[in-house]
Amino acid sequence: MFESKSGVLLVGGLGFFLFAFLSNAVVPALLYRDLPEATTTELVAKNAQVMYQFEELSNCYPEQFKKYFGEPTQENCAKALELGRQIYVNEGCWHCHSQFVRPVSREVDRWGPVARTEEYQNVLQRPVMFGTRRVGPDLSREGGRHASDWHAVHFYQPKLVSHGSTMPDYPWLFDGAPDRPNQRGLAIITYVQWLGSWLESYPYYEDYQPLEIERPEAPAEESAATPAEDSAATPAEEAT
Amino acid sequence: MTEAKPATTERLVDERLVLTYFIAALAYMTISMLAGMLMALQLVHWNPLRGLELLSPGRWRMVHTNAIAYGFLANAFLGALHWAIPRLTLRPVLDRRLSWFIFVAWQVVVLSTAAGIVLGPTLQANSPGLAALPFSLGAQGVEWGETPTWIDPLALAGLLLVAVNFMAPIIKTPGPLYVTLWYFMAAFVWTFLTYAMGNFLPQYSLAGTSAGAVSGLFIHDLVGLFVTPLGWGLMYYFVPILLKKPMWSHGLSLVGFWGLAFFYPLNGIHHFLYTPIPMFLQHGAIISTIAVEMVVTTVIINFFGTIWGSGRAIVTNLPIRWFYTGMIFYAITCAQCALQTTLTFQALIHFSDWVVGHAHLVMFGVFSMWLLGIMTYLFPRIWRTSWYSQNLCEWHYWLSAVGLAVMALDLTLVGVFQGYYWASLQPWEVSVDGSVPFWMVRVFAGLAMFAGQLCFFYNLWATWRLSRGVAATSSPRPSVATRAPAGT
Repeated sequence: MFESKSGVLLVGGLGFFLFAFLSNAVVPALLYRDLPEATTTELVAKNAQVMYQFEELSNCYPEQFKKYFGEPTQENCAKALELGRQIYVNEGCWHCHSQFVRPVSREVDRWGPVARTEEYQNVLQRPVMFGTRRVGPDLSREGGRHASDWHAVHFYQPKLVSHGSTMPDYPWLFDGAPDRPNQRGLAIITYVQWLGSWLESYPYYEDYQPLEIERPEAPAEESAATPAEDSAATPAEEAT
Repeated sequence: MTEAKPATTERLVDERLVLTYFIAALAYMTISMLAGMLMALQLVHWNPLRGLELLSPGRWRMVHTNAIAYGFLANAFLGALHWAIPRLTLRPVLDRRLSWFIFVAWQVVVLSTAAGIVLGPTLQANSPGLAALPFSLGAQGVEWGETPTWIDPLALAGLLLVAVNFMAPIIKTPGPLYVTLWYFMAAFVWTFLTYAMGNFLPQYSLAGTSAGAVSGLFIHDLVGLFVTPLGWGLMYYFVPILLKKPMWSHGLSLVGFWGLAFFYPLNGIHHFLYTPIPMFLQHGAIISTIAVEMVVTTVIINFFGTIWGSGRAIVTNLPIRWFYTGMIFYAITCAQCALQTTLTFQALIHFSDWVVGHAHLVMFGVFSMWLLGIMTYLFPRIWRTSWYSQNLCEWHYWLSAVGLAVMALDLTLVGVFQGYYWASLQPWEVSVDGSVPFWMVRVFAGLAMFAGQLCFFYNLWATWRLSRGVAATSSPRPSVATRAPAGT
């Protein structure tokens, strides 16, 4: 058997591979078979925080938002999340940022609660974005820690807001200026703000209420006002 | 093992195909190294090409790994297999035309992978028609499997054809078979299954934690069940030929192969320790990893037992030196592996550059070294000449080996630093600032490795001119090969 073709092909090649597949892939799949896999629409519907962020984005960049997403509806938010995730994958974000908090190395102090299986049971984790390298910080609890316009500037040119950052610039997510994110820019910001938004530890915002009043036409003031709020809204920015 | 006389191997081996595969492989290695350099420069704030969408370091980082795995390694392996399998089985591959078709198809796969990763997102963002596609043209979110989803089926079909083409002569050979062929046969089955599993399951049928387990299996099996068995299979073939003596112990060869076959696939989850994947599965993966390292030790012992008594070959025989340097790096890699998968160690070094150093040690230090050694041996044989310059061959070796050693050591070290920076809860930027000096060393180590390949390319070109009877313009001093004049 050990030197024969059938032995090598069937036992070594096929048999051992299948044994490993059963024990390492089928077992966890069976363990979690009762955990439903949430669709993006379900994720948005159950999550006021991400809707808050999405609407905040529409306030920050009304023209751009209107142009690329129209109204901040749940449906459009789901669309933005899916596109945002695609950009996260395509641009290779996941090669320098992980998405899970371990119970060791004081990561709980730095980032928040340890990762749990339920958090990953949705289509936006298909394929799962655990990641294997952290050049930049873990992002699974990043949502809400910085304001959306901080993210916009940061995506445009990270060094402007994060001294010494080695992250590349992503000017193609903008229509020429950091206060003009394009569809991809708005989508990736939505995605980043979504990360961790399902947790209680998500930074506190007032409960989400759909806007009833039409905003006056003053977009420039709107976006200029937010950075000041930023520091107040993010007390947990890097624990020290 | 039977090494047929040159007269018959003419008919068996399609030498032009071997050459073409090697040249293609080297072209991808160049691309991969340039892509790696771009990312390395970005990390030390020296990237001169900032803000260009089509030169985004994030995208080119994926080109870097995919070009080395599917461009360099796969092409070089296929070239070497086209040399080794017909000679071992004394039968040609199934069909020469099929071989060439596979060659072309595989280049299409690799080039469209690169095009998809680099151009895909841009095209999709700027064309409403493409944006409406139900899938992404760009990278797929599986590490080492970034090949865009629309190429995966083609790649899989290619792997199937490769298996059929090579299995034909192997199946016709009466058994029992030599070690090399065990590794090759198993590799054909494994590569196909691994590719299918890793590229399709996490994308289409599993989400979340179980998909993470599959991704872990995929990352690991790609190295363990595609690259490793082909690499060791070639070593079992080339080392005895070059040393002109049989392997030290057939029994240890058996232990090595079957131990690898059983334990290696069980390791996958060790890439995702401390994730929500159930802890008992993580423990299982750790135990089998340590088992693999014991198996690896038997293989290393077997090869060093083989060279025992012919140690001078390491000095005089350049291909042998490449091979054994690779084996030493392999031993180091595996010792690292046994350490870094333990939970205690993992807590510190996971996510850090330790892992990046480890990956370079494996992919370049071991398998690329072996394949470059095989090329050093085969190019002049196929061209029926000796190397244009033995000195350039030496430079190629030393720049590659020293560059890689420095890079691996540097990244391993900074990995430990990063682990402590993070655990100490200092602001994140401190860990980045602290890493930059090490990353600068990495840039220069990478430049040395690249310079080594440039020596090789020049030497190759000059040797090719020699083989065509055209005297090289400057100082044509065709050195007499100091190595053993190629085993027959």
